[in-house]
Amino acid sequence: MYSTSRQRRLTAVALTALAVAVSATACSSGSGSSAAEDSDGGTYTIWDPYPQFAKGSAWVKLLDDCGTEAGVKIKRTGFDTSDLANKTLLAAQQDNSPDVLIVDNPVVSTLADAGVLTTTDDNKLDTSKVDPNLLAAGQSGGKTYGTPIGANTLALYYNKDVLKEAGVDIASVKDWKSLTAALAKVKKAGKKGITFSAIGTEEGSFQFLPWFWGSGAQLTQLDSAQGVSALSLWKGWLDKGYAPNSVINNTQTTSWQEFASGDYAFAENGTWQLANAEKAGFDYGVLPIPGASGGNAAAPTGGEFVTLPVQGDTGRYATSQKLATCLTSTQNLYDTDTTLSYVAPTSEVQDKQVAANAALKPWVDAVKAAKGRTSDDLGTKYPKISEQMWKAVQSALSGSASPKDALAKAQSAAK
Amino acid sequence: MNDTKQSSDRRSAHGRSGAATAVPPPAPMRERRRPTSQQWAAWAFLAPVTLYLVLFYAYPLYRNLDLSLRNYTVRSFVQGDAPFTGLQNYLTVFKDPTFAPALLHTVVFTAVCLVFQYIIGLALAVFFNQHFRLSATLRALFLVPWLLPLIVSASTWSWMLNSDSGIVNAALHAVGIGPVNWLTSPSWSLTSVIIANIWIGVPFNLVVLYSGLQSIPANLYEAAALDGANAWQRFRRITFPLLRPVSAITLLLGLVYTLKVFDIIWIMTKGGPADSSTTFATWSYQLGFGNLLPAFGPGAAVGNLLVVAALVFGLVYLRVQRKQALS
Repeated sequence: MYSTSRQRRLTAVALTALAVAVSATACSSGSGSSAAEDSDGGTYTIWDPYPQFAKGSAWVKLLDDCGTEAGVKIKRTGFDTSDLANKTLLAAQQDNSPDVLIVDNPVVSTLADAGVLTTTDDNKLDTSKVDPNLLAAGQSGGKTYGTPIGANTLALYYNKDVLKEAGVDIASVKDWKSLTAALAKVKKAGKKGITFSAIGTEEGSFQFLPWFWGSGAQLTQLDSAQGVSALSLWKGWLDKGYAPNSVINNTQTTSWQEFASGDYAFAENGTWQLANAEKAGFDYGVLPIPGASGGNAAAPTGGEFVTLPVQGDTGRYATSQKLATCLTSTQNLYDTDTTLSYVAPTSEVQDKQVAANAALKPWVDAVKAAKGRTSDDLGTKYPKISEQMWKAVQSALSGSASPKDALAKAQSAAK
Repeated sequence: MNDTKQSSDRRSAHGRSGAATAVPPPAPMRERRRPTSQQWAAWAFLAPVTLYLVLFYAYPLYRNLDLSLRNYTVRSFVQGDAPFTGLQNYLTVFKDPTFAPALLHTVVFTAVCLVFQYIIGLALAVFFNQHFRLSATLRALFLVPWLLPLIVSASTWSWMLNSDSGIVNAALHAVGIGPVNWLTSPSWSLTSVIIANIWIGVPFNLVVLYSGLQSIPANLYEAAALDGANAWQRFRRITFPLLRPVSAITLLLGLVYTLKVFDIIWIMTKGGPADSSTTFATWSYQLGFGNLLPAFGPGAAVGNLLVVAALVFGLVYLRVQRKQALS
């Protein structure tokens, strides 16, 4: 009896240990939900990162219409954007990829590297009308892996009331020096300066990039003098109280909430907040992010790509190509990008958007000046660099290392 | 305690009847002979639970081990032809500059949480054992942290501890203390997640220890009171020793729960800033899923280290138990 109870206890301990293992690391063997399994071939699957659009929304209706046009039925699934890359990898592992995949642009080169996506040479997607700076995010090793459905980028929103109270003329903000001077005035007037997101995820890198690139630094050399100057600019704002300490943990959404409280003069945020800006209840303006010594800094492009994953049955590509072409046709791009509050990827549609809504003008300009994160043929090197970059930003802002040391460490780790 | 006793009795009854009918698995001698119909029935009864264990415990663990021993890139993950690299992933993990801090944080986080959860839980259990008016209601209220979904409690904590607009800093300001960067300073972030986790873990300790207290016979206290023992002596000489078995299992379960805590830390600090609140659990996730380019191998390796840690403590528990049983 004694030994059996001991055995039982041993089993219990082993099982609890297993439970830790399973809950801490399980996921690897999750099934990638059924996709292109239908034997009739008349059903095509589409995955997108827009779970906010339910059945009956304009987006889902557009998908169905494109399906009808191509003579097939559409099975659509919306995923959380952070989840989509892993889900796609798992599905590809089980030869179960969707026919059409709409995915965040920095992920495209990773999926292409995994051999999950077809090139435009194979699938005959027409990308000739797309702005080259936007298309670059979907290019890797000289090949193109999809076409953008819409783009967004970052700029500075400003609160006109706060600036007026502080006596700041927005026209005077032209470079980093004048921006910092404006922040000082705002602080003196008892208001808060600027809010952004420096969280320890891809979002943090996304927000830091306009300043990094605006200093003239390159992603291949994180610890250049220019890179250090960009991080020192942020660090200086925190030290002097121009930016709140909470930026270290802010997502872009929480940062926007701070700005929407009406106390902040500036906020770095994206195209997608335009609709919320209208609702904020104060007069706002939009300013491209200035470069270190004037001019506009290149901001990173956000937004999704329409891609066609590799299929076992190559006969499906023709129909998939029709679906993708339908989704990115001029009229449909206009409708989709209006719903998403995005800037269109072709100048034809951009002109149409500006004609309909003049407030989009600064955003269209910003998108034209924007740069893909995986551009410059960084491809799958970008994720590693980005991780080290957001870590360096966090180290410097939280005071655990100087900007110079933090970036030097990041550079040696990213190599 | 009655409850636990009963259920353990029931379990051992199961074990006995199982042992009586089922053939013990390692019996190759007997397997050679033709199994009788009774044996077939026994195997049939054993099959569902075996299948369940293999499918939901053994296979994921095997996959995790396999992941940690191969060099997975996104490409080889999809193609399924990742080369076997032995312990390379473990070496990568050991050499990583994050390893030492993550180990330290995991140990500190687990130890501090366990100690405080246990002490506070025990104090509350003794307190509520006095059966005053409203004690049942108050005890129920203490369960709230346990009932709330973790995402709710962790988000609430991170709002309360916000440097600029959090209620904690507002309260500190009211009593004349300057703001503390709870979640955004490397010297405070670990403390903040520990505080939140203690708050979440106290109810579990309270419930288990309280039920343990119920099983201590009241006449022992009466006798002690007659002998002139004061409250502290009664606690020291009766309550604490008699509670020892319950305490041991509470601490072991608490240890396992605390080692793998992930959600609270991830929601509150993402392991940052600058890895200052990274534990093995968050590091494992960060490696496997927190980046655009997942590193499955090292992520799985860190996860396996956690399993080994839990196993080691389980064995320590067994040893202690055996010593107690022998003495």
